[in-house]
Amino acid sequence: MKYMLIMRATDEATAAYEEMDFNEIIAAMGAYNESLMKAGVLLAGEGLTDAAEGFVVDFDSTPPVVTDGPYAEAKELFNGFWIIQVSSKEEAAEWAKRCPLGPGTRLEVRRVTELEDFPQDNEWIQKEAGWREELEHKAGTNG
Amino acid sequence: MNETDAPGTVDAPNTDVADRARRTVAAVWRIESARIVATLTRFVGDVGQAEDLAQEALVEALKQWPDEGVPRNPGAWLTAVAKRRAIDGWRRRERLDERYAAMARDLEQRGGEASDMFWDPDTIDDDILRLIFVSCHPVLSREAQIALTLRIVGGLSSDEIARAFLVPTATIQQRIVRAKKTLAAAKVPFEVPKPNEYTERLGSVLSVLYLIFNEGYLPASGEQWVRPDVSGEALRLARVVAGLMPKEPEAQSLVALMEFTASRFAARTARDGTPIPLDQQDRSRWDRAQIARGSAALARADRIGRGRASYGLQAAIAECHAVAPTASDTDWARIALLYEALGRLAPSPVVELNRAVAVAMSTGPASALRIVDELAVGGKLAGYAPLPAVRGELLARLGRNDEARAELELAARLTGNERERAALLAKAAALEASVE
Repeated sequence: MKYMLIMRATDEATAAYEEMDFNEIIAAMGAYNESLMKAGVLLAGEGLTDAAEGFVVDFDSTPPVVTDGPYAEAKELFNGFWIIQVSSKEEAAEWAKRCPLGPGTRLEVRRVTELEDFPQDNEWIQKEAGWREELEHKAGTNG
Repeated sequence: MNETDAPGTVDAPNTDVADRARRTVAAVWRIESARIVATLTRFVGDVGQAEDLAQEALVEALKQWPDEGVPRNPGAWLTAVAKRRAIDGWRRRERLDERYAAMARDLEQRGGEASDMFWDPDTIDDDILRLIFVSCHPVLSREAQIALTLRIVGGLSSDEIARAFLVPTATIQQRIVRAKKTLAAAKVPFEVPKPNEYTERLGSVLSVLYLIFNEGYLPASGEQWVRPDVSGEALRLARVVAGLMPKEPEAQSLVALMEFTASRFAARTARDGTPIPLDQQDRSRWDRAQIARGSAALARADRIGRGRASYGLQAAIAECHAVAPTASDTDWARIALLYEALGRLAPSPVVELNRAVAVAMSTGPASALRIVDELAVGGKLAGYAPLPAVRGELLARLGRNDEARAELELAARLTGNERERAALLAKAAALEASVE
């Protein structure tokens, strides 16, 4: 089963991180990522740039409203993620606990859906599978 | 020493807490067991004894963690407990020589603070590699290699291995006990093989992993929920091995082959469990992210620049299928060439039959039939349903319907798969009598 480790940090924690030695952070994260890779469990992972570079598309109104980041209402910012493949929820928890993060940060751990999680005879599920393939195909021919 | 087992039954007043602790212990064990056993083997010199000690530490964890909580560094805790056990054992046998005395001093100086005493990052990778080579050592039978690899390197319990292979737990326990004895009796050194035997020993490691992977590839049965994902475990271990041997193209290629094969898992069976042949699978259910990982692994293998051997060629064939939008849009000419290369490397009638299918798709039925006829004359595939199935298909495409029907009916009699039997008979029935 696959789990996504979603990293969130409060503004204070993000600010505190900026005070820290950047090389130290990189080294600690690098070691953590390496341990995931060496264990053969890491499938994907990305870190995100400053929230100020991002924007929000809000669906409270129609058409949706686009607002520049950072987002006034968010208490915690989503900063990056890992996807790992493990044999149990507890194993995902063990890996998450080893992440070199400090106070004010947290990892939300969520299981990634697999095809089997959906009713296979639903017409929309089948259509979505078709769209996914079409998108992949297009991406393949463009790239 | 008795065969103890990973997370099993421990009586505790609060089953809920105990159950959670047991699951945590199992998870820690999955993550740490290879490093713990590798570290202990370096100290005690024998894989079997190291594994026994680690198992004793695990039992200790099951007793203590439910009450005292999981230590901050559980892997170090387990290692320290196991080392203490080793020293106690030597003390009892009054064989406390200088080496063990040093170990004991080391432990005592650090007191109970296990979290600072951890494996040496400079040597642990090499130790894990040694552990993998020892688990797949040629003095062991294939079955013993598989059980020991899953147990020691993968961190699975005997019970989990037994469920994966659908055999009684006692059988697996016996295999492991015997394997440890065999290794000790043969005085198998804890080392990476010497250059003159390296390729062969690496081949043994990779084939053990591939066998484990294929065991899990068996179609899902009704009891799949209790059957551990052993293919996933084989893939994980293959990634570990590939990471430890970045310069071995076949290790990278095996990862690629497994990724491509596993990408089709969701599409490989019908809802009633019958296998669906590749050309009829719903390709929208193939895992695209997994295919991308397979291509990345194959590219890593190719970048090493030592050409492609068996797993490399098989992975390349699997990639041709994985990236093709439909069965007919597949690069069959390339697949035919890859099978030809594979056949030159290790001649096999099954590879030759697969080449014939690719030739039929790329060049046409007449040239493919010449290959298949030769195989039929050779007799090595007698009783193998795919041979008459392919031959029948080719004859039908050439309009030789009477011969085709006979071949398809023969294939239908030989196959063990009901769905395939029905398809073959339907195909045979649809053929009109040959026009003379």
